[in-house]
Amino acid sequence: MKTNITLNSLLLLLCLPAANLKASPETFDFKDPKGVNNAVFQLDAPLESVNGSANGISGTVNFDPANPSATTGVIDVAAESLTVQNPLQKEHLHGPNWLDVAKYPDIRFQAQSFVNVKTDGNITTALVTGAFSLHGVTQTISAPLTLTYLPGRLGDRVPGMHGDLLVIRSQFVLKRGDFNIQKGNYEDKVSDDIHLTLAIAGAAAKP
Amino acid sequence: MKRILYWLAATTTVGASLVWAFAGGNLGWTKTSDVIKQLDPVTGIEGITYHQAFHPGVDFLGAALVLAAILAAIGFILPRKSSKKEQ
Repeated sequence: MKTNITLNSLLLLLCLPAANLKASPETFDFKDPKGVNNAVFQLDAPLESVNGSANGISGTVNFDPANPSATTGVIDVAAESLTVQNPLQKEHLHGPNWLDVAKYPDIRFQAQSFVNVKTDGNITTALVTGAFSLHGVTQTISAPLTLTYLPGRLGDRVPGMHGDLLVIRSQFVLKRGDFNIQKGNYEDKVSDDIHLTLAIAGAAAKP
Repeated sequence: MKRILYWLAATTTVGASLVWAFAGGNLGWTKTSDVIKQLDPVTGIEGITYHQAFHPGVDFLGAALVLAAILAAIGFILPRKSSKKEQ
């Protein structure tokens, strides 16, 4: 009887680390070696439309597939990576009158809470609330989010590596006026509404 | 001299219009790059890259027409006498 209890305790001790390992969140790195991650922005004003994208994305997200509502993380976008096809527009966009990328080099979103979390297979949808920093101003915003967990798929994307992938997609609207970017000015040419579409993949490498 | 300026104005107008039209007649601003979208089969993300390309827009056409108008205007205000001397 005593031997059985000791054996059971030993088995339990051996199983605990494995159970913990499975339940612990994984840290996904969003610095994409393939350069595919991007954020698309669209501003549709009555006289002009400004469309472009940014690919200078980095940051980490801690995601637990068993408990997606506990997801935390920070995503950074290098302001200098914002690109439009017209060189003069790009110069203005980066310049001191608009984004002032020399003074404010980072655009950052820090997730604070997840609500309406629904998981179906590997896909989780949620409404994330967090701190969005742009042009030196931080505002609390909420955005719908889709998280796609791809266990064991890192090797398909980066040969020779093992691990998991997490794809984050989101679409939301910001107002440039809320971030003191030429508030109330030039709205006939540069819309106050900035439509953002985010599609990024992070990797959690495993040995 | 007057004739040279008129010819330059006409050549600039026709040349710029042809360049603009053959480059696609872009009604927006001049673009110096093309957007190339490529689907990542694993994540389903459409990656965006930019490749250098020149697509003159209405600003290019407008600048050429303004230049042509300035050349023609200079030609118009030049006295006939000076053009005779040159000939």
